[in-house]
Amino acid sequence: MTVEPGDGYRDIPEGGLVKEAGNSREYKTGGWRTERPVLDEDRCTDCFLCAVYCPDYSVEHRDEEVVGFDLEYCKGCGICANECPVDAISMEQE
Amino acid sequence: MSTEVEEKRVAKTGNEIVGEAMRQINPDTVCAYPITPQTDIVQNFSQYVADGEVDTEFVTVESEHSAMSACVGAAASGARAMTATAANGLALMWEVLYIASSTRLPIVMPVVNRALSAPINIHCDHSDAMGARDSGWIQLYGENAQEVYDNTIQAVRIAEHEDVRLPVMVNLDGFIISHAVENVNMMSDEAVQNFIGEYEPEFSLLNSEDPVTVGPLALQDFYFEFKKQQADAAENVADVVQEVGREYGERTGRSYGLFEEYRLDDAEVAVVALGSTTGTARHSVDKLRSEGVKAGLLKLRLFRPFPAREIAEALSGLEAVGVLDRADTFSTTGGPLFADIKSALYDVDPSVKPVNYIYGLGGRDIDEEEIASVYRELLEAADADRVESPVNYIGVRE
Amino acid sequence: MNLKDYARKEPRLSPGHRLCAGCAASTVARLIMSASENPAVVGCATGCLEVSTTIYPYTSWKDSFIHNAFENVAATISGVEAAYRSFRRQGKLDEDFDFIAFGGDGGTYDIGFQSLSGAIERGHDMVYVCYDNGAYMNTGIQRSSATPKGASTTTSPAGNEIPGKEQKRKEITDIVAAHGIEYAAQTAPWRPQDIIKKAEKAFAVQGPAFLNVLAPCPRGWRSENDKSIEISRVAADTCFWPLFEVEEGEWKLNYQPREKKPVTDWLEMQGRFDHLFQDENEHLLEDIQEQVDERWQMIKNRCGVEE
Repeated sequence: MTVEPGDGYRDIPEGGLVKEAGNSREYKTGGWRTERPVLDEDRCTDCFLCAVYCPDYSVEHRDEEVVGFDLEYCKGCGICANECPVDAISMEQE
Repeated sequence: MSTEVEEKRVAKTGNEIVGEAMRQINPDTVCAYPITPQTDIVQNFSQYVADGEVDTEFVTVESEHSAMSACVGAAASGARAMTATAANGLALMWEVLYIASSTRLPIVMPVVNRALSAPINIHCDHSDAMGARDSGWIQLYGENAQEVYDNTIQAVRIAEHEDVRLPVMVNLDGFIISHAVENVNMMSDEAVQNFIGEYEPEFSLLNSEDPVTVGPLALQDFYFEFKKQQADAAENVADVVQEVGREYGERTGRSYGLFEEYRLDDAEVAVVALGSTTGTARHSVDKLRSEGVKAGLLKLRLFRPFPAREIAEALSGLEAVGVLDRADTFSTTGGPLFADIKSALYDVDPSVKPVNYIYGLGGRDIDEEEIASVYRELLEAADADRVESPVNYIGVRE
Repeated sequence: MNLKDYARKEPRLSPGHRLCAGCAASTVARLIMSASENPAVVGCATGCLEVSTTIYPYTSWKDSFIHNAFENVAATISGVEAAYRSFRRQGKLDEDFDFIAFGGDGGTYDIGFQSLSGAIERGHDMVYVCYDNGAYMNTGIQRSSATPKGASTTTSPAGNEIPGKEQKRKEITDIVAAHGIEYAAQTAPWRPQDIIKKAEKAFAVQGPAFLNVLAPCPRGWRSENDKSIEISRVAADTCFWPLFEVEEGEWKLNYQPREKKPVTDWLEMQGRFDHLFQDENEHLLEDIQEQVDERWQMIKNRCGVEE
């Protein structure tokens, strides 16, 4: 990222513009959570509903399978666990 | 080889000629809302649109707040965006003015100066533009229709200059300039296009290769830096205004600078004013000179940013200077122009005695005689040890 | 597109935004953006979504994005769209773009109402999405005209004399439909396919289209973080938040619960309605049920649903 905390006014783009689209990736919100989702791969039917609902787009997948959660961003809200139709996700204390 | 262009001499009102300038500039978008006395600028422009004389996308928004908001959206998309307003319309778009200048968008907006309510009044004073003097917009004033036409065209170059990139308010006195017919020399359409050139925006929302986020939340850790950037850009404006004014002079024979001095060189007393009143003051100066009074006039063109050093140098050596303000600040320390002039003089030549005359509010007329009486009071003030009455009101019934 | 394809597609927003854990607004934003097939310019009114996705020097948006002020996203996007039309006409641009304006209920129903109405009336080609969480959440849960009757908010708190918000909700979707807009619809995140389909229809309209999406807010609603999607389903099953669309003036109901649930099912999931369950407020529960029933009947009538 080109803008660093502590940069002077001459070093940053003018007018408040953010020129790196989507760079919020660099801000890790994983530290917010007190619980983390845990996937039971045997129960999971890869319906992807957790991925659809996750407000932090943190359900990881490979090919056509749900494989886990992106703990760098997951805030532990538990929506995935609540919505999973086959109870394949449980929330555990951090 | 002369780079002078051919011009046509026409008889137009201030609004009509501003509308013509806009037509010649041919902005990509005009998003505007009517308010007296700006209305015929936009009405004439919409006729140009209807007749296919411009490429402009014309948006008849539902309020002035939306007019400036749409201009911000358009300018952020890389468009040459213009609008026009007056008085309470300007007041309504107040928060967006700050957003426009902070986002460094070179929007050009004629403002037909009219008194702010209440009571409601449609006539000329400068309270509208003065209320926006901290908004970061560049402010130009003109004495007559010719100057306003010339200012509108130059405004595009000033705003878009890479060292500036700030929006410009082109002020014209409501009714006095906007609705009076004068002789004006107009450049050809082609000459205007050659003068303003192609607009190369610094960024654009419509650049899919380089998407940009405009208007983020900048907290205590960054906001101040953006304001300093704006302050630095403001420092560059005076030079750019003069550079553009010089080039304009090469094309048209009419050069422009930060202000105009009239018989100021050897003057003992002088008046500083903005807008059409300077034309009247010129006559007062000539009359007083014929009576042996060493009277002079400084007609200010660039009000924001305020070229303090240059003005104070021009005024230094005077015994007293009368500052005519067509707006009040209700600070009890005088009008907005007075505050800037007095502060500028303090740094350069505190021996010049500044005296404020607030006049013309709500379109109250001021004539040659009243202005001459200002000079006579200045002569008295010059003789006294100190200025007894720094803030005065002229033309109001006691 | 089926949900699996949707979920596997790269979102047009990045994670790392600062929306609360369990906020449905970001789920909604991703669903809406997925329906656009072109590069987009997104506008957002001041509010939770805007503030949380664009804290300098970060932005979650992969498309161009503009925030102007609170009440003017529709006017701002009108300006962007006008510039686009101008450039297309002048041959300065030959790419297709989609224009999306997001506003919370504050920026849509209240302070932004004027500019929304103006933009629709003028016919700009844009999709306006209201993420309705029923209060001015970003500034601390103050009531809006979208707040349901009886809700306790920070400017309509439940107190000894007054039991929460006294006025019933304004129905913005109906008002927008009354503009004669080609497409207006109400949807909610428990039915993601509904959002996607409606968003696709909205983008296909040559002109303005409007979507009002229920966006449960655990913070403001005092509901459980993990129930935000479920609560929107309960809102549909209790008929508090019907899913319908108005396409060229034709009203169509998109969901009827197999069994209509009492509105208390929805109310009891949210702490902001706790006070309604006190004995002295029983009449309010009846009022609320009556209002929900009336509106549900009105919607069914308009949609030509036979009993």
